[in-house]
Amino acid sequence: MIPFLKNAIISGTPLVFGILGAMYNEKAGNLNLGIEGMMLMGAVAGFHIAMATLNPVLALLAAMVFGALGALIYAFLTVTLRANQSVTGLALTIFGTGLSRFWGKRLMGLVLPETFSRNFRPISIPFLSEIPVLGPILSVFLEQDLFVYLSYVAVILSGIYLYHTRMGLNLRAVGENTAAADASGINVTLYKYAHILLGGALCGLGGAYLSLVYVPSWQDNITSGRGWIAIALVIFTSWNPYRAFWGAFLFGGLDIVGFRIQTLNLPVTINQHFLRMLPYIATILVIIVGAIRKSTSHMPPKDLGNPYFREER
Amino acid sequence: MNKTVYVEMRNICKTFGVIRANIDVNFSVLEGEIHGLLGENGAGKSTLVNMLSGIYRPDSGNIFIHGKQVSINSPRHAIDLGIGMIHQHFKLVDVLTAAENIMLGYRNPGFTSRKSMIKSIRDVMTRYGMEVDLNKKIRDMSVSEKQTVEILKVLYRGSKILILDEPTAVLTPQETKKLFAILRNLAETGCAIIIITHKLNEIMEITDRVTVLRQGKSVATVETAKTNIRELTELMVGKPVNLSIERVNTKKGNILLSVKDLTALGEHNVPVLENVNFDMYEGEILGVAGVAGSGQKELCETIAGLYPVAKGDIYFKGENIVGYSPREIIRRGVSMSFIPEDRLGMGLVPSMDMVDNMLLKDYVNQPGITISRKPAKEKAERVLKRLDIQAPSIYTPIRKLSGGNIQKVLLGREIDANPHLLITAYPVRGLDIGASYTIYDLLKEQKQKGVGILYIGEDLDVLLELCDRIMVLCYGRVTGIVDAQSVTKEDLGLMMAGVSPVKKEDAACKL
Amino acid sequence: MQIVKREGASVKQLVIIRLIAIMAAIIVSSVFIVFLGYDPIRVYINIISGALGSNIRFRSTLLEMVPLVITSLGILVAFKMKFWNIGGEGQILMGAFAATYIALFADWVPKYLVLPVMFIVGFIAGGLWGLIPAFFKAKFGANETIMTLMLNYIATQWVTYLQYGPWRDPNLKGFAKIANFPDHALLPKLFGIHIGFYLSLILVAVISWFLRKTKRGFEIAVVGESVSTARYAGMDISRIIITTMLLSGGLCGITGVIQAAGVNKTLTMNVSSGYGFTAVITTYLSGLSAPRVLVVSFLFAILLQGGSYIQSALQIPQAAADVLQGMILFCALGSEFFARYKVRFAKKNSVSSEVK
Repeated sequence: MIPFLKNAIISGTPLVFGILGAMYNEKAGNLNLGIEGMMLMGAVAGFHIAMATLNPVLALLAAMVFGALGALIYAFLTVTLRANQSVTGLALTIFGTGLSRFWGKRLMGLVLPETFSRNFRPISIPFLSEIPVLGPILSVFLEQDLFVYLSYVAVILSGIYLYHTRMGLNLRAVGENTAAADASGINVTLYKYAHILLGGALCGLGGAYLSLVYVPSWQDNITSGRGWIAIALVIFTSWNPYRAFWGAFLFGGLDIVGFRIQTLNLPVTINQHFLRMLPYIATILVIIVGAIRKSTSHMPPKDLGNPYFREER
Repeated sequence: MNKTVYVEMRNICKTFGVIRANIDVNFSVLEGEIHGLLGENGAGKSTLVNMLSGIYRPDSGNIFIHGKQVSINSPRHAIDLGIGMIHQHFKLVDVLTAAENIMLGYRNPGFTSRKSMIKSIRDVMTRYGMEVDLNKKIRDMSVSEKQTVEILKVLYRGSKILILDEPTAVLTPQETKKLFAILRNLAETGCAIIIITHKLNEIMEITDRVTVLRQGKSVATVETAKTNIRELTELMVGKPVNLSIERVNTKKGNILLSVKDLTALGEHNVPVLENVNFDMYEGEILGVAGVAGSGQKELCETIAGLYPVAKGDIYFKGENIVGYSPREIIRRGVSMSFIPEDRLGMGLVPSMDMVDNMLLKDYVNQPGITISRKPAKEKAERVLKRLDIQAPSIYTPIRKLSGGNIQKVLLGREIDANPHLLITAYPVRGLDIGASYTIYDLLKEQKQKGVGILYIGEDLDVLLELCDRIMVLCYGRVTGIVDAQSVTKEDLGLMMAGVSPVKKEDAACKL
Repeated sequence: MQIVKREGASVKQLVIIRLIAIMAAIIVSSVFIVFLGYDPIRVYINIISGALGSNIRFRSTLLEMVPLVITSLGILVAFKMKFWNIGGEGQILMGAFAATYIALFADWVPKYLVLPVMFIVGFIAGGLWGLIPAFFKAKFGANETIMTLMLNYIATQWVTYLQYGPWRDPNLKGFAKIANFPDHALLPKLFGIHIGFYLSLILVAVISWFLRKTKRGFEIAVVGESVSTARYAGMDISRIIITTMLLSGGLCGITGVIQAAGVNKTLTMNVSSGYGFTAVITTYLSGLSAPRVLVVSFLFAILLQGGSYIQSALQIPQAAADVLQGMILFCALGSEFFARYKVRFAKKNSVSSEVK
């Protein structure tokens, strides 16, 4: 059971980054459908730099930069040029997918040398599992690699940022009621750009986890739809970073349950595919219930998807 | 006491497309003064103060703060200059608490903890005598509480120039008293306060000076102590103008529309129409006067079936039409043309041409699933000729036509449907003299045919000459239904401000 | 500097803006191509000749066009109503799924009726898949962008399940695949192209007529432009949303039938192959006009077809064509801005401050 849970964390880590990335975009009021594209861009950039420099820090930075670059194109088009957000996001996904596939052609089949991958080996904490009850539970979360720890940091920092800092408060206002934020003197354009780019950087990290640690080599379409799952899960987890973590954990686990069950030789190819449907079904249910009940605690930011201009007369 | 000028706006002009909102306006406020800004709809009050709050920028003219010229580029800049705006439609984030809304966008040096900010907010509250639960979410608050938060937000930033846009519109008399006490308090500390309102008794009660705007121009600035309600009304509506519309006298027919105790609710469940009672007859023009937002739009829409009725009945030719669908009401012969401020988007589709816009009402009656544009084309040509519409062709998208012509299209379409009851709101908004007279003639023609016309308009002179009777609305209530030939323009002005013509003192609009 | 809404650009202005967008796209892509170490002119020539250079290639281009055209028509109908249907992928797959059932498992259908019935059920299945988000939007105001998107992946998983599970062809050892359709369930060819192509042309005419000449088409246009005006005209908005989405999903469903019965000759997840998303872009670029959809789809097909040609001819990976596509899309999206807004440079006020 414990090894399964540990793998669930690992499987969910790219989702954590993806969900946080999508969340920042949406908190700023932008529905960005280009998550998959940004994750792939980060994945390929991170992998390339990792192979070239064998330096984990540079690799992660590269992933963040390229994720953010994709986001920059999206931000410029939707915030400054006021283009349709959904269509632009899709264009970003097409672009990002193509770019990563193209760039990755030369990287196909390459494997990261041991000198690099040892940076991301799971930490083992001696005697931890021997502590009764708490020990094994903690080991699930703590005996992981540094990248996973990075995801914890991202979640916690996001929680603190959003709910305990003034900038986080301002951000929430931008997505909820852009006119009110503007009237309060908040620089709406700056906040949107900054957080869309931040979201892109996080998505890049999510992709990089796949190419640097999870797989770890380069494959075409290495994200295999995780970007879309992330978009679904942001809604399912109500735009809350802590819930995002648990959501990623849950669906990361569901993803690998399928494989496990297969090895048990039960007639359960059924389960695997229906399990894969779950994040999407769950999200649809959340949207429907939310729309029926108009319950305000699980609503999206009110101004999500609305472009904002001041001189509206 | 010699008070210095705090804010001065000189020769301010602002135009939106073809609408000239502010024409060479001069306006100044002294330190420690409460200055009222008075005017009818579209007089330019909101536009003027929005230039102080950084939402709009003047096309020409200058703004001075303490004698120094400034150019206010953004709300942030306005805040930095000490200008604080309390909006009529609150700019608050529903899902956040009062404290959070007050802290929003606040910049201060260093890293101040939330606790200390809350403490300083409380200090402000006690200093000015205000009370509100800082941890309550905005969506759970009453209107008056929300307004308190708006005010606190502005005070917290140390604003010394306060602008209040129709602050008492949604307050009870007791809440209004409280607000005024706070304002007096603030004025004593040296703040310059600008209050936009059209409640004349409030102007008399709270302001030191009043500036009156009319049709975009600043017509007068007077000291409140030296004026009275009559004089202010006269300044606001202007002297009566003879327009020579020449009312036609027709025999009043049967009762057409009978509205009983009509009540409709709006935002915050505040009534937008309250116990409205009136009758309309065939062959008469009943005018509706009132300040913008007094319920005219909702009145039109409830009769047309587009706005929910909370209480009351509407009898059209004896039948109670409350709850009927818009299409059923249209079928019974009720036609409505409503020209909103932006003149589009309510009866017409801007990107479509005249033919398709004519089609909007009739297409339903054509048999089968296809539509033939032939009857619509004929209708378009008829309307074009009859109203002398200036358009390159009937196939030009109507958004390319001038505002006046667009209005003619809308009215023309409605008249062509031969309605029994014609509701028309602001049909001559923004039209030039010639076009306006064409519209008046059309309406007179309809009246002679026995159509009952509900005419909602802004220009009191027109109402006096065109209509048979005039109903005045103030905050959703009927303050008077009078015979147009015997009432004076001043009386209308008073009724619009909530003063009943019988008691000219201070029977304010009780809410 | 101020940004002001434009009243409405003239046709001439729109054409200029579009041309500028294309120019910008070509410049940007040329830079990219040079970066790859190739001669841009040579690449463009190869793309065009790869798509149009011979009979066979031309036919492939036309085939490529078919799913784009039909799906775009479906998306167009929804977009005209400002209903953001991003669920084309799922609707295509559901249409293909229903058709596959008829093709492979419905023995009770006489052979000569199989194809027509496939089209009918494909239309219905796609339509129903589009109905779900429409219903919730009409009744409860639920966000349709996300719902249609989610339904895509549910459909994908459903098809994958069938492919690996109950519908897996027992005769094929090795990889999982659904059996090929029998001959009577395949689209016949006419002049070397399967009839789906001709059907797509007919549909362009039909939808064009539908939007222009029927009551529903008129209602869709009005609802899309101004919901309040639609209400004033007495239209039943809910009903319009729901029936329009039935049509929209249905058209995508037909794409699924055609791809399954004409190209893939079976049901796989690749039947939709991204067309649902690409169609969103082609529809948007066509400015919501049915005949223009034909033109834009044709141009896109050239790009796609030519893109795979240069892969073998010039050793440029297919992915490069995708990157090009993305860049062109960005340029087109960006150019919309200039069609909708004017940028004004305000002069500083030079009013002398007189002292009173």
